Amino acid sequence: MFGESAQQELRPPVTRPAKEFLVSSRSDTLAFDLSSSFSSQPSSDSQLPDAKGRFGKFGGRFVPETLVAALDQLQSEYEKAQGDPEFQNRLDALLKDFVGRPSPLYFAKRLSDLCGGAQIWFKREDLNHTGSHKINNTLGQALLTLRMGKSRVIAETGAGQHGVATATACAHFGIPCVVYMGEEDVRRQQPNVQSMKLLGAEIHPVTTGSRTLRDAVNEAMRDWMSSVVDTHYILGSVVGPHPFPKIVRDFQSVIGRETINQSKDRFGRLPDIVVACVGGGSNAAGMFYPFVAETDVPLVGIEAGGRNSSAGNHASPLTYGEPGVLHGSFSYVLQDDDGQTQDVHSASAGLDYPGVGPEHSYWMSTGRVQYRSCTDAQALQAFDAVATQEGILPALESSHAVFAAMEIARSRTPDEIVLVCLSGRGDKDAAEIQRLKKEFDK
Amino acid sequence: MSAVDEVFVRLRADGKKAFMPFITAGDPDLEFTADCLRALDAVGCHLIELGIPYSDPIADGPTIQASYTRALNAGTRLDAIFEMVGRVSSEVKAPIISMVSYAIIFRLGIDEFLRRATAAGLSGAIVPDLPVDESEQFAAKCEDADFSLIQLITPTTSGDRAVQIAKKSMGFIYYVSIAGITGERKELPPELIENLTSLRKMTELPICVGFGISQPIHAELLKPVADGLIVGSAIVRRMADVKDDVSRTRTLKEISEFASTMIQAID
Ligand SMILES: Cc1ncc(COP(=O)(O)O)c(C=O)c1O
Repeated sequence: MFGESAQQELRPPVTRPAKEFLVSSRSDTLAFDLSSSFSSQPSSDSQLPDAKGRFGKFGGRFVPETLVAALDQLQSEYEKAQGDPEFQNRLDALLKDFVGRPSPLYFAKRLSDLCGGAQIWFKREDLNHTGSHKINNTLGQALLTLRMGKSRVIAETGAGQHGVATATACAHFGIPCVVYMGEEDVRRQQPNVQSMKLLGAEIHPVTTGSRTLRDAVNEAMRDWMSSVVDTHYILGSVVGPHPFPKIVRDFQSVIGRETINQSKDRFGRLPDIVVACVGGGSNAAGMFYPFVAETDVPLVGIEAGGRNSSAGNHASPLTYGEPGVLHGSFSYVLQDDDGQTQDVHSASAGLDYPGVGPEHSYWMSTGRVQYRSCTDAQALQAFDAVATQEGILPALESSHAVFAAMEIARSRTPDEIVLVCLSGRGDKDAAEIQRLKKEFDK
Repeated sequence: MSAVDEVFVRLRADGKKAFMPFITAGDPDLEFTADCLRALDAVGCHLIELGIPYSDPIADGPTIQASYTRALNAGTRLDAIFEMVGRVSSEVKAPIISMVSYAIIFRLGIDEFLRRATAAGLSGAIVPDLPVDESEQFAAKCEDADFSLIQLITPTTSGDRAVQIAKKSMGFIYYVSIAGITGERKELPPELIENLTSLRKMTELPICVGFGISQPIHAELLKPVADGLIVGSAIVRRMADVKDDVSRTRTLKEISEFASTMIQAID
C-alpha cells in the first residue's frame, strides 16, 4: 500500500502544460498528462502476468472446470514454443513472406497539415495480408494448434477481420475452421463474411443476445466446452482466460517492436505520444507493450464512445465501467448492479464489446496508459479526413484512434510526432459507412 | 455440519440416493419459481438447485440459456430472488442450492452475497465459472458460514487434480457427465460409469452427476455408482410452455410428476 501511494507522489513533474483534450474522458477535468506518466523506476511490468495469469489484480481464469486442462496445455505448449528457435523462425518467416512485415511507418502529411500541429504518423497494420493486425496473432496460434496436435480450429469474430485472419491461417495450414459471428455483424460486415467462406471456413451466425461480438465469444466458448480435446480456440484479442491475454499480446508485440526500431531509424528517437484503438485491446497491447518500459512516451488507448455516455449507447468499459468478471477474466466490464452484462453499441463491429483485456485494466490502474473514448460521429469524421487527405480507407475501429491523434496533434508543435496504430483497412466498412452517413444526415 | 451434509448422512444411512432438480429463478416469474420449489419438495426431492439467471452462461446449452433469457427479460432481479427464497425456504425441507455465476457474486461482493444468500436460507452454491484455483478466498468464507461451495469435476480433469478438487469441495462433488454444455441427451457417455467408479476410489465425499441426465433409465444406470443425480434441461424445457393460469397448473403438475418418476427410478 505504502509503495503504491509513494510511487504516485513521486511522479515526475509535468514538463509541458497539459492541454484539454476534446474526446470524453473518465473525469471531465482530467486533461492528458503529457509528461512521462509513470515512475522513473525500472518497470517490472514486462514480467507480467504472474503464474496465475494476473496483471496486478486483473486477469486470472474464471472458466468452467472443463476448459482448465486445455488452458494448461496451451500455456505449457506456448512456453515450449517460446524457447524453440525453430518455432520463432517459422513464425518470423511467415510474418515476412506471407503477411508482408515489417509494416511501413507512414507520414500522413496532408492530414497533419489539416490539423495544423504535430506530425501524424501511421503504423500501417492495414497493409498486412488480410488487412489488419489480426493475422499476427492467428498465424502464431495456428502454429500452436499444430504443435498441440489439434485438428480443428474455432474462432469468434466481430468486424470479421479476426475471422478472415483465422480462416486465412487455417487455409494456409490446412486446418478445418469454424467462425462464430453475431447475426448483426454478419449483416454489417458482409465483405468479410464472403471472404471467410471463400477461404473455406464455416460461418455460424449467432442469434442470441445482442447478436454481436460478445455473443459470438459465448458461442465459441460453448463449442470449445464440447470439442476441447481436438479443437483449439483461436481467441482474437487480449481477452479471455489466462494464458490468452499473454499469448495474444506477445504475438501482437511485433507491432510495437517494429515501431520502436522504425522510429529510431527515421527520427533518431521515439515518438512523442502513441495512440491505438481498444476493442478487446490486441492492437493496442501489441503496440504498447514494448513501449511500457519507455516511460517518457505517453500511451493513449481509445475506446468506442458510440452515441453517448449513457448505458447501452457505447462500448467503453475502461472509461465508464467497473471491474468485474466476463468471459473468463477479471477486468473492467460494462455490467448492471446485478452483474449482468450490459448491451453495448458502437458503429464499429470490432469495438462493440462490453469487456477489455485485463492488462489494459492494469495499465489504467498504474497510470501507464491513459484511456479515453471517442464517438461514432467523431470516428466517421476521422475516416473522412484520412480517406480524402491521404487516399487511405482506414477501418472504422482504427478511425477512433485517428480522431484522438488528430485532436492531440492540434495541440502540439510541428517538431512533435504523434504515432497512431492504423490497425486495419476500411474496405469492409464502405457500405456500412454510406448507411451511417445517411442516418447521421437525418 | 451443513444442511447439505445432513441430507447425505441421512441418505447414506438409509442406503438411498439423492435426486436434485434444477429450476431457473424467475422463469417465467418468481411466483412460479416459488410454486415449483414447494411442489418439488412435496414430491420428495432431496435437494433443489436454483439457477440464478445470468446474461452470459457459457456452460449452458440452448434450453437453460433460453430460460435465463426469459427470466432476465421478465425483469428478474437479485433482490427479488433473495426475497422469494427468504419467503419459501422455511416451508421447504430440501436444502436449496444456488447455481450462480461468479460475475454476479463478485459484483455483489463475496461477503454481501454470502450474507444475503444465508439470510434467505440458501444452503450452498455451485459456481460454474469459479474453478478451484480461483476460489480460495470465497471458499474460506463459505466454510465459515456453513454454506456449501460445491466444486465440479469433469471428464477433462486429471486424476491428481480431481483429488485436489475433491479435498476442497463441500457437501458433495458435482461430476459433469460429459465434456460439454448442459442439455438433454438420450445416451449417457459410454465411459461415464468407469469415470465415476475411479472417482469413487479417490474420495469419500458424495458424488452427484449432472449434465445430459433426463430419463429414468439414466437413474437406474447411475444408481450403483453415484450418490445423486442432477436434472436441469429436462425440467427447464417445460417452463417455456407457461403462459396463463391453465398452462401454469399443467406445467407444475408435469414437473412434479417427472420428478416423482426420477425419484422412483433412483430409489
Ligand atoms: C481493424 C481492427 N482494429 C481494431 C480491432 C479491435 O480489436 P483489438 O482491440 O483487439 O485490436 C478490430 C477488431 O475486429 C479490427 O478489425
